[in-house]
Amino acid sequence: MPGPMKIRATMHDGYTDIRVLMNHPMETGQRKVDGKPVPAHFIQNLTVKVNGKTVVEGQISQAVSRNPVFSFRVKGGSKGDKVQIGWTDNKGESNQTEAAVA
Amino acid sequence: MNEGRRVVLRRAGATGALAAALAAGLLKPERVLAATWNTAAFAAKTPADALKSIGAADALDSKDVLIDLPQIAENGAVVPIEITSNVPGTTSIAVVIEKNPFPLAGQFSFMEGALPYVKLNVKVGQSSVIRVIAEAGGKHYAASKEVKVTIGGCGG
Repeated sequence: MPGPMKIRATMHDGYTDIRVLMNHPMETGQRKVDGKPVPAHFIQNLTVKVNGKTVVEGQISQAVSRNPVFSFRVKGGSKGDKVQIGWTDNKGESNQTEAAVA
Repeated sequence: MNEGRRVVLRRAGATGALAAALAAGLLKPERVLAATWNTAAFAAKTPADALKSIGAADALDSKDVLIDLPQIAENGAVVPIEITSNVPGTTSIAVVIEKNPFPLAGQFSFMEGALPYVKLNVKVGQSSVIRVIAEAGGKHYAASKEVKVTIGGCGG
């Protein structure tokens, strides 16, 4: 089952590094258990916002590894900026979380 | 004039309109996600079809699209890939794993100061060329790199 997300956002020279870990099985639909196919279950859309502005929009497939980890970079930024990340999967489940830039 | 009655009527009108908008799906509370998913591109079974359906069939090879990828991946289920585009004005990056059953692995759009950079882990079913497409100013720039996989990332 999809679970909580973790965000780590840190300041670097000239940019903010945003790392996110999502808990998700990312089932491809190709895998079989005891001869029965496991239905596809994967994240399709993700959105990264900084202080309410969308900075990255991603569309992903079942080819992304289980419990996906992504890194993104945003120019500038300052401590305390709010980073909000959300996803939805092919079953319509979704999750979102927020963290401040450290 | 009965002022209290006016207020009640006005409020009733406003909440009625809000309810109608909610029912019509115009307003979704706490909605932060883009609801679009390029079904055609992700369902494509060949790299050529996947490129065509993201409009990148005519991509030019470019040295400004950098891919950091291990030469040999012991475990195809988790292959780290780091992409940087130095093409000025890059607005999106797409990842195509040529030998996967559905080659398009993802597409990322950058706006509002986001740098054209992404790092992620992908599944690679068998040794394959990974092609990265950066879009800038309506043009597509491609780079590719091969990864050798000793244990597949799909099935089993």
